[in-house]
Amino acid sequence: MNDLIEYTLHLADNVLVLGHRNSEWTGHGPILEQDIAISNIALDLVGQARNFYQYAAGMIGNEATEDSLAYLRNPGDFRNCLLVEQGKGDWGKTITRQFFFSAFQFLLFEHMRGSSDSTIAAIAEKSLKEVTYHLRWSSEWVVRLGDGTDESNRRMKIAIGELWDYTPELFIAAPYESACTNKAIAPDVSSLEEAWLERIRSVFAEALLVIPEHGATISGGKIGAHSAQLEFMLGEMQYLQREYPGNQW
Amino acid sequence: MQNEEQIFLEKIDQEIKIEPRDWMPDAYRKTLIRQMSQHAHSEIVGMLPEGAWITRAPTLKRKAILIAKVQDEAGHGLYLYAGTETLNIGREEMIDQLLTGKAKYSSIFNYPTLTWADIGAIGWLVDGAAIMNQVPLCRCSFGPYSRAMIRICKEESFHQRQGFDILLTLSRGSNAQREMAQDAINRWWWPSVMMFGPNDDNSPHSAQSMAWKIKRFSNDELRQKFIDMCADQAKVLELTLPDKKLQWNEKRKHYDFGEINWHEFWNVVNGHGPCNKERMAARISAHENGAWVREAADAHAKKRRAREQQVA
Amino acid sequence: MDNEWPLWEVFIRSKQGLDHKHAGSLHAADAQMAIENARDVYTRRMEGVSIWVVESKNIHASNPDEAASFYEPANDKPYRHPTFYDLPDEVRHM
Repeated sequence: MNDLIEYTLHLADNVLVLGHRNSEWTGHGPILEQDIAISNIALDLVGQARNFYQYAAGMIGNEATEDSLAYLRNPGDFRNCLLVEQGKGDWGKTITRQFFFSAFQFLLFEHMRGSSDSTIAAIAEKSLKEVTYHLRWSSEWVVRLGDGTDESNRRMKIAIGELWDYTPELFIAAPYESACTNKAIAPDVSSLEEAWLERIRSVFAEALLVIPEHGATISGGKIGAHSAQLEFMLGEMQYLQREYPGNQW
Repeated sequence: MQNEEQIFLEKIDQEIKIEPRDWMPDAYRKTLIRQMSQHAHSEIVGMLPEGAWITRAPTLKRKAILIAKVQDEAGHGLYLYAGTETLNIGREEMIDQLLTGKAKYSSIFNYPTLTWADIGAIGWLVDGAAIMNQVPLCRCSFGPYSRAMIRICKEESFHQRQGFDILLTLSRGSNAQREMAQDAINRWWWPSVMMFGPNDDNSPHSAQSMAWKIKRFSNDELRQKFIDMCADQAKVLELTLPDKKLQWNEKRKHYDFGEINWHEFWNVVNGHGPCNKERMAARISAHENGAWVREAADAHAKKRRAREQQVA
Repeated sequence: MDNEWPLWEVFIRSKQGLDHKHAGSLHAADAQMAIENARDVYTRRMEGVSIWVVESKNIHASNPDEAASFYEPANDKPYRHPTFYDLPDEVRHM
C-alpha cells in the first residue's frame, strides 16, 4: 500500500476508534452536562475520521468509501495506536486517555497544517480548533480529578498507570510515517515528544499527579498488532455491514 | 387569598404566561413539577434504547447522526430539569424520585431496540408522537415550560425525519432490510399510539390541565392526529401499520382504528414492561458510578475558591 | 445534597452587535465548567458567539407582587416617546 494512503488511514483509525470509545458514554455519563460534553467530543472525532477516510477512499479508488474502510477492514488492517483502543474504564481513565491523546494530536495537527499535502493540511487546520477545545476540556478534568478528593486522586493514579505505557508508541514513527515525513507530508512524531511531556508535566503538577517513574513501551497498533479490545470493538461496530454485505443503510 | 387566585386565573384567561415567582395555586405547581420532571426523565431514559445502537450504527454518517440525536435528548432533559427547578425543586431531588421509582417516565422506553430498524421506527413513530404532544406545549401557560418546549421543538424537527429516512432506506433495500423495517413498525406502532395516554374519559388530570392551559388538546384528539399523519406516511414508506381496522372514514374525515390494548399499557406503566428493570439499572449505575466524579469536581472547586481567597 | 453542583444562569450573545440574552441554566462545579457546558448545551447549533454565566444565587430579582408600583408609573409618561410630539408636515425626518 502506498505510504500516504496508509498514513491517512492511520490518522483516520486513531480518531474513529477514540470517537467510538467516547460514544460509549452517551447516555451513561456521570452527570447530564458531562454526558453532553463527551458526546460532543465523540462527534468531533467521528467527523475527523470521516474526512480522513474520504480522502483515503478517493486515493484508493476501486469503489472504496469511508464506510468500506471503517466497516470492512479487519483488526489487523487498522493502523490506530494502542492508546485509543483501550476500554473506556471509569471517567478517570476516559479523561486520562483523552488528555494524553489530545495533547499529542494538538502538537501533531499544529505541525500538520504546514503539510505538503494540501488535503491533509486542510483537515488538520479544520480539526485543530476542535482539538484545542478537547485538550483544554480534558486538561481541566485531569486537574479536577487529581486535585479533587483522595478517591479521585487514587483513581487517576490507577488510570495513568494503566495507560502510560501506551504513550511512547505515539512518538515512534511507523514506516509509513517516516516515509511521509521524508516527503514533508507528516510531522516527525519523535520531535513532538519533548513538548508533549512538558504539557503533561505542567498539567499533572497542578493536578498533584506525577508521571510514572518506570515506564515501559507497549506498541504495535500502528503496524496492525492490536489488543483483543479492538477486535471486540470492531466486532460490534462492523456487525451490520458484515451480516448484510452490500446493502445500503 | 381570593385576590391572588383571581389574578392568576385572569392571566390564564388572557393568555399571559405565569412566571416562576408569580403567585400560583399549589396544585398548579405540583401538576407542573410532576409533568415537567416526568418529561425530563423521559428524555433521559429515552437516551438508552437508541444509545444502545450508537456503537452498532451501520455507517459513519448514521453513527454521527445518532450520537447527535441522543445528545440532543440529553440537552432536552437538561432544559426541562432546569425549567422545573424554577418551581423550587432541585435536580438531585428529581433524579432521586426517578431512581427510587417515585417518579414515572414515558412507558415507551421500556420496550427493547432489537434491530437497527428500531432506530428508524423510534424516530418516525416515537418522536412523531412526542412532537405531536410537544407542539401544543409550546403555548403552555407556564413560561419556563413553554420556553423549554419551543427550544426542544425547534431541535427535534430533524429527529423524526432521520427516523423516516432510515425506514425509507430499509424499505427500498434488500428483502431482509424490508422485513426488518416492517417488523420494527409492527412492534413500535401500538406502544406509540399508547403514548398519548388513556382515553379522555379515563384521564383524571386532563380537565384541570386544560383549564389551566397546561394542556391544549385532549389525549384522544392528539392520538387521532398522529394516526392520521402516520397512516398517510406509511403509504410513502410502502410499509403497513399493524392494525386491520385502520381505515379512512370519509364522514369523520379521520382514520378509524382498532382497539388499544389497555391491559398492556397499564402493565408497562406499572413496571412490568420488557425493559423497566434494565432501564432503571442503567440509570442507577450511571448515577452511582458518577458520584465520585461529581464529588471530586465539587471538592476541587471549593479548594480552588479557598486558595483564591487566600491570595486575595 | 451537600455536593450538588450549583446552578448557573446562561446568557448568550447570538451574534456580534446583539445583547446577551438569557438562554437557560445548568449545573456546574465552577465557572469555567459552566462556560464550557453552556457552549456544549446551548450553542450546539451555532447559536452563539459569546457566553456569560452567573451563579443563580447571585441573581437578584424584582418582586412580581410589586409589579404595579414598579412598572405602571411609567405608563403615564407618554412624553418619553417620540410619538407624543406633533411635528409640522414639512419636517420629514427627526
